[in-house]
Amino acid sequence: MNSFTQLRGVVAPVLGDDMNTDQIIPSAYLKDVHANLGEGLFAYLRRKPTGEKNSDFVLEMDTYKHSKILLVGNNFGCGSSREHAVWALQEFGIQCLIGKSFAELFRENCLKNGVLAISLDDERYSIISNFVSNTGGGELSVDLEKCEIQNKDHKLCDFLIHQNERYMLLNGLDDIGLTLGNVDLILKWEEHMIGHHSFLQSSITTGY
Amino acid sequence: MNTKKTLFDKIWEQHSVGQRNDGRHLLYIDRHVIHELHVPHAFKRLDLSGRSIRRPDLTVIVQDHTVPTRPGLELISEHIKITREYAKKYQLKLIDVSSEQHGIVHIVSSEMGFAMPGFTLACPDSHASTVGALGCLAFGCGTTELEHILATQVMVLDKPKQLKVNITGVLQPGVSAKDVSLYLIRTLGVNAGRGFVVEFTGSTVQEMNIESRMTLCNMSIEWGARSCLIAPDSKAMDWCSKTPLSPMRDQSLSMSAFWENLKSDDGAFFDQEIELNCSELTPQLTWGTDPSQVVGIDELIPDPQDMSLNDQQQALKAISYMDVLPGERIQGIKVDRVFIGSCSNSRISDLRAAASIVKNQKIAIHLKAIVVPGSTQIKKQAEQEGLDKIFLDAGFEWHRSGCSMCAGANGDIGLPGERWLSTTNRNFENRQGRDVKTHLVSPQMAAAAALAGSIVDVRNYL
Repeated sequence: MNSFTQLRGVVAPVLGDDMNTDQIIPSAYLKDVHANLGEGLFAYLRRKPTGEKNSDFVLEMDTYKHSKILLVGNNFGCGSSREHAVWALQEFGIQCLIGKSFAELFRENCLKNGVLAISLDDERYSIISNFVSNTGGGELSVDLEKCEIQNKDHKLCDFLIHQNERYMLLNGLDDIGLTLGNVDLILKWEEHMIGHHSFLQSSITTGY
Repeated sequence: MNTKKTLFDKIWEQHSVGQRNDGRHLLYIDRHVIHELHVPHAFKRLDLSGRSIRRPDLTVIVQDHTVPTRPGLELISEHIKITREYAKKYQLKLIDVSSEQHGIVHIVSSEMGFAMPGFTLACPDSHASTVGALGCLAFGCGTTELEHILATQVMVLDKPKQLKVNITGVLQPGVSAKDVSLYLIRTLGVNAGRGFVVEFTGSTVQEMNIESRMTLCNMSIEWGARSCLIAPDSKAMDWCSKTPLSPMRDQSLSMSAFWENLKSDDGAFFDQEIELNCSELTPQLTWGTDPSQVVGIDELIPDPQDMSLNDQQQALKAISYMDVLPGERIQGIKVDRVFIGSCSNSRISDLRAAASIVKNQKIAIHLKAIVVPGSTQIKKQAEQEGLDKIFLDAGFEWHRSGCSMCAGANGDIGLPGERWLSTTNRNFENRQGRDVKTHLVSPQMAAAAALAGSIVDVRNYL
């Protein structure tokens, strides 16, 4: 996985609370194993039922077509566990989300794909949202090492992120590899359970 | 120090493998139940990594999301084909489309005995904790986490906070677990459960049968909960003892020590506790595009002017999408389609409740109505009881089991502009087809609307 250290890019506002995964990537794009998920990102917001582009939607505007950062509201990514929502964002070119809060499964899926999801309190959020509305297509830098959001070299605000998550992202760590580093713990648990509650370890593939 | 433990504490501690080098917790997964929508990506990546599946004997795949449910339709999705290939390659147990055990993954987990009290289960679907109704600690996960569990048999988690929801009051006729769920989300909002594992307690929950408890647990993700549990009682034990793969069937195993004390100790600490009384509860339904935008059947569509600024914006959007008017009576709004199915409400008691309304009646002439049983077993049981005939005679379609129109991933979606009454769990914009307007309801409410052709109070149809 690519490491995330610093990112500079246009911030597109996709505002509104409770933006759900069906909106981020409609199920029609899940049916096709080879679907272009970047095309499917916010498909029904970006395109009218006729297929015509909805030029009122932010990601269809020339200014925001190459955005790397999204500014979102509260509870972004609620709904299903579909990781396709994160892949769709990535395929479009989004590598960082700044919001008030994120749904848990979505945030977890971001972390596992090297996408940084930053939750800001109201004070910090309004600094960023003011910047976005005042500049309309301005670029921001997100510095994960310093935990800062910057306008050019000028710090706009800091942000909080769990140390573990920061470490994972900064180092582009493979989550599975990290766990397999503790395989002895898993083995020990399994052995213990076979001794104590063997039914927890009994196969579920027999008896059909 | 408080040594009293919650049910969640007990299961968590027993399954805690330890902490990873980065400090995150590793939780052992006793049963890993996968569905086909995530298989192509996850298994391809596993292949590329060169890693193997740690415990194929604790892993099973169910084909449900993309299964065609329409009778006679034999279209097989690419996901289903690829899943068959991987199941063969890795020698995994596969519950395929035509299997006697087929159904929606969460329903299969409860029917087959994958979900057991005190066990942990993971499934790459947000509604995994439907089986919390049996006292099984279940987590939904994404595709990468699925791959992670395949390779390690553990899940990486931060220890969640705990929330107790105590529900009391006797439910009135025509009011069900679905109405309780919708009322709960209406009261708490779609965010209230974030960061929490929920335990449902109280007399209303105790009175509910296992299937109703599953509806309650199924809907917990819709208000953000990470997982949920109900302490297993004799009803849960009885349910589990009848499942074909239950270890309870093995007389030589002594499980009593394991199951002793599978409940929260008196005085155990919860980060938050909520009380909800449902004795006056009326049938509830959604009027908007998130599951907290709910009214009682006697009420009016709310006026955004009476709301906080934040709710106002959401409500205005919802009102526009749903094509309803502030202050309009919800009763009497014309309905184009009724869908009874999904992991929320497609179990035998749901079908019985709907059939009791429909019996000897006809659905409205302009309307389409569909029943999709949650599993092949449920379908068979319903057919033995003659429920299929009741639905067919009334003008319903009677389908094979699967997720069907809940997620529309099998291509079963509505036409633009249609208004649906649906027993599913999500009323998001475009979820059941582009520009389809979904109202979430109980099976009985759905059945009554099918007869009337509009939103009606099921209590007048009992």
